[in-house]
Amino acid sequence: MAKIGVIGDATSILGFKAFGLEVFIGDTAQEAVHTLRRIAGEGYGIIYITERLCKDMSGELENYVRQRTPAIIPIPGADGNYGVGIAGVKKSVERAVGADILFGGDN
Amino acid sequence: MDRLNVNPTRMVLTSLKKQLRVAVRGHKLMKDKRDELMKRFLDLARENKKLREEVEDSLEEVYQSFSIASAVMTPAMMEEALMYPKQSVKLTVGNRNIMSVDVPVFDFETETAGTESGNVYPYGFANTSGELDTAIRRLSDIFPQMLKLAAMEKEAGMLSDEIEKTRRRVNALEYVKIPRYQETIRYITMKLDENERGNQTRLMKVKDMMVEDAVLEKRERSEEAYAEYAAKG
Repeated sequence: MAKIGVIGDATSILGFKAFGLEVFIGDTAQEAVHTLRRIAGEGYGIIYITERLCKDMSGELENYVRQRTPAIIPIPGADGNYGVGIAGVKKSVERAVGADILFGGDN
Repeated sequence: MDRLNVNPTRMVLTSLKKQLRVAVRGHKLMKDKRDELMKRFLDLARENKKLREEVEDSLEEVYQSFSIASAVMTPAMMEEALMYPKQSVKLTVGNRNIMSVDVPVFDFETETAGTESGNVYPYGFANTSGELDTAIRRLSDIFPQMLKLAAMEKEAGMLSDEIEKTRRRVNALEYVKIPRYQETIRYITMKLDENERGNQTRLMKVKDMMVEDAVLEKRERSEEAYAEYAAKG
């Protein structure tokens, strides 16, 4: 049975804790990378990470793209939307097609 | 295009032809695979984009409710209220095979510890504000969507990875391997033909020489016979 983890700053992710997800508080990308490395092998199916942390750890996240689990999904944090998630979708389109054809290239 | 470094023999030619056939067949299959993957991926990516926008919007609402709640309550109270979760979420990871790409399928189940009521709030209502209830309810409303997003995004990522690999293979076959085989096959065929022609001329030459010898011998013999006849008178 897999678990679902959330990594982010306290204000963003407290709610997830109430909902019953495993919550790891980290305020910097470095801490998040640390936590991620620690928990990646522990049977997590999905790990949500707030975008503010994601944008500074893209190199680390690359390592998990090819693996089936965990799925690492950026979500906006309480401090706003940094566009990391959409950028990820865009990037996968670019990688597959060779050009960005879904977003019209305007953002 | 450079050719392979092989001996121009008939045996090599046969095996090369066989390899070329395999390569062409493989190329066609890969190309079909790439096209099909691409078709699926584009639909998926479009959906993914839409879903992500939705989830991001609704998460924003959730955060808004939370910040309203935290404005009404003290941080300590809020933390206390949320500290011990009442329900736990169990995730089942299934498998789905798309064109031999193993993508995960997520399915979740919530378990509520307290049996007396079906709600998700891990706190009593006495010390908390109604805004917190709203926030938690909203979160639990969008959670299925977040899960779907996770599965979809993972699938899109893996598919795009696979498409990239397949595209590289197709291109390698189309622009390097197959031309190289063809070039080598042509080279060997030409070399063999050239040998064949060389052999032919040599044979003709030998035959010419033999015929010449025979003619000379015959002429000599008939001259002898003629001389003999003349001597007899």
